[in-house]
Amino acid sequence: MLCQICGKNPASVHFTEIHDNKMSEIHVCERCAEEKGMHTPAQQHKFEIADLLAGMVDSMTHTEEERVGHVQCPRCGLLYSSFKETGRLGCADCYTAFQFQLRPLLRRIHGDTHHRGKAPVRGQESVSSTRTIQRLHDELQRAVEREEFERAAQVRDEIRKLEAERQAAVREGGRS
Amino acid sequence: MSAPQSFDELFQGSAPWWQGEGPHADMVLSTRIRLARNLRDVPFTHRARDEQLHGVLASVTHAVGSSSLLQGGLMLKMQDCSPIDRQVLVERHLVSHELGDGARPRGIYVAPDDRVSIMVNEEDHLRLQSLTPGFQLAEAWALADATDDELDRTLEYAFSDEIGYLTACPTNAGTGLRASVLIHLPALVLLEEIQRVLKSIMQVGLNVRGLYGEHSEIMGNLFQISNQTTLGRSERDSIESLERVTKQIIETEERARERMLRDARTQLEDKVWRAYGTLRYCRSIQAKEVINLCSAVRLGVAMGLEGLCPLRVVNELLVLTQPAHLQRAAGTEMAPPERNIRRAQVVRERLAAAEHETRDTHS
Repeated sequence: MLCQICGKNPASVHFTEIHDNKMSEIHVCERCAEEKGMHTPAQQHKFEIADLLAGMVDSMTHTEEERVGHVQCPRCGLLYSSFKETGRLGCADCYTAFQFQLRPLLRRIHGDTHHRGKAPVRGQESVSSTRTIQRLHDELQRAVEREEFERAAQVRDEIRKLEAERQAAVREGGRS
Repeated sequence: MSAPQSFDELFQGSAPWWQGEGPHADMVLSTRIRLARNLRDVPFTHRARDEQLHGVLASVTHAVGSSSLLQGGLMLKMQDCSPIDRQVLVERHLVSHELGDGARPRGIYVAPDDRVSIMVNEEDHLRLQSLTPGFQLAEAWALADATDDELDRTLEYAFSDEIGYLTACPTNAGTGLRASVLIHLPALVLLEEIQRVLKSIMQVGLNVRGLYGEHSEIMGNLFQISNQTTLGRSERDSIESLERVTKQIIETEERARERMLRDARTQLEDKVWRAYGTLRYCRSIQAKEVINLCSAVRLGVAMGLEGLCPLRVVNELLVLTQPAHLQRAAGTEMAPPERNIRRAQVVRERLAAAEHETRDTHS
């Protein structure tokens, strides 16, 4: 792909721009990126998130924007307005503190707001087994779609085993 | 596959992907999986104090030491490395530019299986990576996943049931996964079909970058293709879609190569041998030119032209001719013109050695 500014060099810098709620991707070469002042990774990084956010707050009134900017993470003290500038959150708790602002942002970036991958095992056994079972159900469905019935039977047995274990754990927990 | 015990050993040794082995190694140089993880109780790297970052380094050192799978590797702290040594690590794709700046308490841990490493205090506290030769996403994922499980026994990760693994930048939240393949597509570039291919790659939600990762220039017809999003899809789904698309790209490139061989065999051989000749006899050469000429030689090797060097040598040249590698090997800092002379010498010597080896095995 050639640079969309000079049309000569191969585009190697890519970013997403939002105008009037329309998202467009822009691909430019190093030289043009440098000329436009978006050269270093850190700068560009900032640019992407800042741009995404700018597009989103456009639809807010000035007072709303001001109020949102003052939302602060109770644990690390990061202001939402600083996140808007740097594109980086301060700590794990920022995800809770800014959840209402982050949700639409995550949707824009990923097209989704819910995790569907692996989970830590440590200290999160119940969450983890629920997730594993969920994942196995997905796999079961895929196996059936592909007519891999032997695999499907294996997965089904695994789900049954995990569900039995979880119920046993719940009963155990109830007694103590 | 044994872990280096010092920087010198690491420097003298070769990286696993250099051997030019593994599935589709003539087209796919390496497959990488990266997982971003953070510790629950420490602010993200850019907001943490230096003593907190030292604490993260200590926690990771403890965690790898408590794992039978991971213990016995090499932990390098960036602040203890010279600028050239840090740049060597960047050139080997072991650490990112950000980690290589050496300004803060950061480190890299190379596991006993040297396909696995952990960057500490990069943008996220941990960046687990596996780097395998050729096109083997399943193997690379198995390595990264197992490493992650091992560390999870000791470390408490920042995780939420809804959003998944929490990362400093929301673009990595969820799985924290970046799966990528480094692929050589000279025929598609020569036949000017590459733009169409790159466009369709981006349309299916994958990303294309240059040899040295994010925002780097595309050189030597080498492209890094990776997943873009991390939330809403399982690791397996992301990896499967990258695998599917990569297979299609491999087929497209193969067909383009066949067409070139059929329609323009002489021109192609001429291009390959001229590139080889320049590398074999140059007296001063820039890193970028080496990368571009190596592209032609790699194509020649892949298409089975007799008398060229093995793929391993082409891979080695890509890394050993980079500025920091040249200077580390020479044991002194050099200005660019001096480096160009030294680089030419290294290239000539490597190719001459390879010619000797080939002659010896034939005689």
